Amino acid sequence: MIQARKQETPTVNTENPLISGEGPLHSTVGGCYPGERAVFRGRDLHAHLRDADWLDLYLFGITGRRHSPEQLKVLHAIWVNTSYPDARLWNNRVAALAGSARSTGTLALAAALATSEAAIYGRQIDIACADFLERAQHRTKAGANLDDVVRDELQRNRSIGGYGRPVARSATDERIIPVLEIAARQGFANGKYVRLAFAIEEILLNGRWRMRMNYAALAAALALDIGLTPHEYYLYLFPAFLAGMPPCYIEASERPPQATLPLRCSTIDYVGPDHRLW
Amino acid sequence: MTTPRLRTAIWNEEAAPGDPFTAESCYCHGYDVFGELLEKASYPEYLYLLFRGEKPAPTTARALEILAIALANPGPRDPSVHAAMAAGVGGSPAAAVLMAALASGAGVSGGAREIFRCMALWQTCGCSLAAWQQALHPTAEESAGQRRSVWPDSEHPPGFAAYSPQFARPVRQTLAALTQLLPADNLAWLQSQREALEQLADYPLAMTGVAAAALTDLGFSPADGEMLALLLRLPGAAAHALEQGRHGIRHFPFFTIEIPDDPGPQTGDSYGEH
Repeated sequence: MIQARKQETPTVNTENPLISGEGPLHSTVGGCYPGERAVFRGRDLHAHLRDADWLDLYLFGITGRRHSPEQLKVLHAIWVNTSYPDARLWNNRVAALAGSARSTGTLALAAALATSEAAIYGRQIDIACADFLERAQHRTKAGANLDDVVRDELQRNRSIGGYGRPVARSATDERIIPVLEIAARQGFANGKYVRLAFAIEEILLNGRWRMRMNYAALAAALALDIGLTPHEYYLYLFPAFLAGMPPCYIEASERPPQATLPLRCSTIDYVGPDHRLW
Repeated sequence: MTTPRLRTAIWNEEAAPGDPFTAESCYCHGYDVFGELLEKASYPEYLYLLFRGEKPAPTTARALEILAIALANPGPRDPSVHAAMAAGVGGSPAAAVLMAALASGAGVSGGAREIFRCMALWQTCGCSLAAWQQALHPTAEESAGQRRSVWPDSEHPPGFAAYSPQFARPVRQTLAALTQLLPADNLAWLQSQREALEQLADYPLAMTGVAAAALTDLGFSPADGEMLALLLRLPGAAAHALEQGRHGIRHFPFFTIEIPDDPGPQTGDSYGEH
């Protein structure tokens, strides 16, 4: 028989946010009334937003702001020009291996996108880079010397996201010119953050670091010039690598099962202890 | 063509004769997995071996087993189990159920990243109240200029309960059980200094704090501990999700919603871009 426990706290703290969170879900971002309508950030989805460009809607969901066709063109270009259907790339490889193992397409792509939140590329770099550009802008505006800002950042964090590249540290990033050209056509190639990003590159190239700007810095600069915050930029980038992933999944699905990037037992380069008894 | 090589200190294989892709023998840190461990090692021992590379002492393996039981099921109200159930009730693939549990069990509020951060505090502060005082209340200068992370900032000290007004009984029971087995190092100090630490943090100790201390005492790094915490929380999420899948959506809470800026039903005049 279960005995009644002694009550240790007879009164409940009514200021506990969990208590005020009970009851109906209060939401300013929206909800749906099945069979009737859906509300999206204060607008009727099927009335006010029915013709919206998907990226515009996606950004409206993130920021609560609508974006101009010129801004959307640049933001689309940032996605398009980093969509590489190369199954060797670590995130794409996740999608390909899932296809090879005959998993579902959604699981493959969801896992590959989650993988894109990496420390040496992708989302962790992106948010850090946008944040650094914003901090650097604030500091230089307050009178700091950009060389000092760059040196301080390297001293504190050892690297600057958006400069150098894991697979080609000092090579020019092939994505920069096409996106910069599109940005120029839309009037975004000379914003204060783009100029700052290039000024930082000059410091890093001329100093002992010999690091070029990579795509992450340019993309972050463009997004900040468009008005996204670092966190908004991070969420906008979530599907950035997506277009390259389904081809990797599909091609792996078309090969014989488990025949994508197969590894022999002999490929294991074992560096652990010798055989031993338990 | 350069043959790819996969460098590892964890695993070695001997191929079956004439079949380079099928292993005949597998060795984990030198131990024959299917020839010996299968019958001799317990699951916690094997888990420890995989992560730490050595056979654990019996008390170490038992402590890991106790921690595994403590973390296996935070119950259906927990956000990660709730997420798993939300996936399971709609018939999503099993992997999606566990991905849902992992995403919601990964965070800095009650999740594995909180354990990671708390383990980092144990590494920095150890058994020094002065060090904990400084780490729990960093100056603006210490916090400034740090690279921004994808992880949100902590809204309560890692390892402490965000909302509970008191040291919860299951946390106390887990701390007591683990301290019996691991009477030295951080856990024992935590047991003796808990109230002082809680005063410093201004929050009661949470399960994440006990897990972080235990994982540190077991020799795991914060990255190891984060990964283990994620693994160990999956059994409950899986079982609850399967159960809700059997019950169906009619028996699963859907909640009501209030939308203060609801524009209300629209007429044809308001259609199109605005």
